[in-house]
Amino acid sequence: MPEMSGFARRFNRIWLKPLAFWLLALPGLWLVWQWGLLLSNAPNAMGFNPIEYTHRFLGDTALRILLISLAVTPVRELTPWKSVLKIRRRIGLAAFWYALLHIIAYLGLDLFIAAGLSVTGALAGLWGDVVERIYITLGMAAFLFLIPLAITSFNSMVRRLGALNWQRLHKLVYPLAILAVLHHGFMVKGNQLMPWIHGGVLAALLGYRLVKLLRRGRRVEA
Amino acid sequence: MIRRPYEPWQSESDSVTPKSLYLNRRRIIAAGGALALAGLTGCGREGAAQTGANTLSFRQTDYAVNDTPTPYDAVTGYNNFYEFGVSKEEPARYASAMTTSPWSIDVEGLAERTGSFGLEDLVNFGALEERIYRMRCVEAWSMVIPWIGVPLGPVLQSLQPSPNARYVQFETYYNRDEMRGTRFRVLDWPYVEGLRIDEAMNELAFLAVGLYGEVLPNQNGAPIRLVVPWKYGYKSIKSIRKIRFVEGQPETSWNQSAPNEYGFYSNVNPNRSHPRWSQRSERVIGAGVFARRDTEMFNGYEAQVASLYEGMDLLVNH
Repeated sequence: MPEMSGFARRFNRIWLKPLAFWLLALPGLWLVWQWGLLLSNAPNAMGFNPIEYTHRFLGDTALRILLISLAVTPVRELTPWKSVLKIRRRIGLAAFWYALLHIIAYLGLDLFIAAGLSVTGALAGLWGDVVERIYITLGMAAFLFLIPLAITSFNSMVRRLGALNWQRLHKLVYPLAILAVLHHGFMVKGNQLMPWIHGGVLAALLGYRLVKLLRRGRRVEA
Repeated sequence: MIRRPYEPWQSESDSVTPKSLYLNRRRIIAAGGALALAGLTGCGREGAAQTGANTLSFRQTDYAVNDTPTPYDAVTGYNNFYEFGVSKEEPARYASAMTTSPWSIDVEGLAERTGSFGLEDLVNFGALEERIYRMRCVEAWSMVIPWIGVPLGPVLQSLQPSPNARYVQFETYYNRDEMRGTRFRVLDWPYVEGLRIDEAMNELAFLAVGLYGEVLPNQNGAPIRLVVPWKYGYKSIKSIRKIRFVEGQPETSWNQSAPNEYGFYSNVNPNRSHPRWSQRSERVIGAGVFARRDTEMFNGYEAQVASLYEGMDLLVNH
């Protein structure tokens, strides 16, 4: 492999992490800006149903960032950009934050108001939805899987768990990504294209790992 | 059911905006558009927008809900018309590709008068009336829309359905070149809907050719659409190209797509929780970010339609 240029080395060491942070924060900042415009009665990009727009936006963002986090390994293994690994945890954590905001928005902007401004009413509504509505069951399951991954995303937790256990635990990302895509698929009406696109991207990312696993197995046998 | 008092952000207005007022507002908006256009082309004529070719003459009726009509921009900018895309904004963006003139409606099946009819053959444009109905979407939002059109019943009667025509099916225009959303099979195109014949003859069932005093914009189902205000919005089929009188319960698109979710009747019913949405309350589009209201049985039209379903279990026949 050719030597990394001085610029690339410096970029990866100094700029990569902060740049990733701000890029990942950008959708959230943009949404806050849109809400600021909306609440000051200024034209905004959220259309005539801003609450619905907010749910879709946060959900899409969480899911897509999750898919990006799963793309880190193939990018590292198939391209010369090895330093991408440095921002994997940051990407995964961003998916968690957007998923959390997605749930908080649903609780606060919908259930809280539908329950007549009652917090317990909103939480009861959420539980009712989890029990009754398959797409919310799937989405909540995905989020529950995300929680241990987010909690163990700090260096100290990695050390405490040991690298092997940490890696094993974080394999949870595969089933939870499937749950998240299904959540989207079951949420939309009719047979829509977008969940298939998300599903296709996920299938490719999981397929890559499966192929690797099978190859390794064959090598061991030989 | 205990009714929750109106929240401070909810409209308590008991009066519909007087038409002179909202028409005036429309004119101001239209004039603004004309001015902008004049600015662009440099050849605008003052007042031209006030007598647009799209204006319809009609009489007012007592069919009017006691709530402020949803702003015109929301009614025409937030639409479900999956033939043009699954987002709410795509229909307004892409429906202009649909050819609405000339237009014909094929009448088929169990009726004396069948064949191809022009729009004017079925709708008497000299007898248009306005009805301000609430439209309740299954996605738990609602609008209040001043429709212009004619009652459905007399139109169907004029086609002389035979006594064994117990149902009527409607079919939406379908043209892959003009309707970009149909390139993906979201539903089994063309879109079809249906009513029991006594439902179709109910005084509330309406054929709309306009809204807010003007010809229907394409995204709202031009040139002619159904409006059945006591049922979820998807029953109010758009851009009708075929009317079919049949004996057995006809297929309907959403019912075909997910039978456990969307029944043939699809009456608005806050007591039946839909697998996706609790139907207890609804978001009021265009009335403020947090505006919600409790959903009413038959969307508030119980007095006019409840007798159609006497003795039926509406949770089973949803």
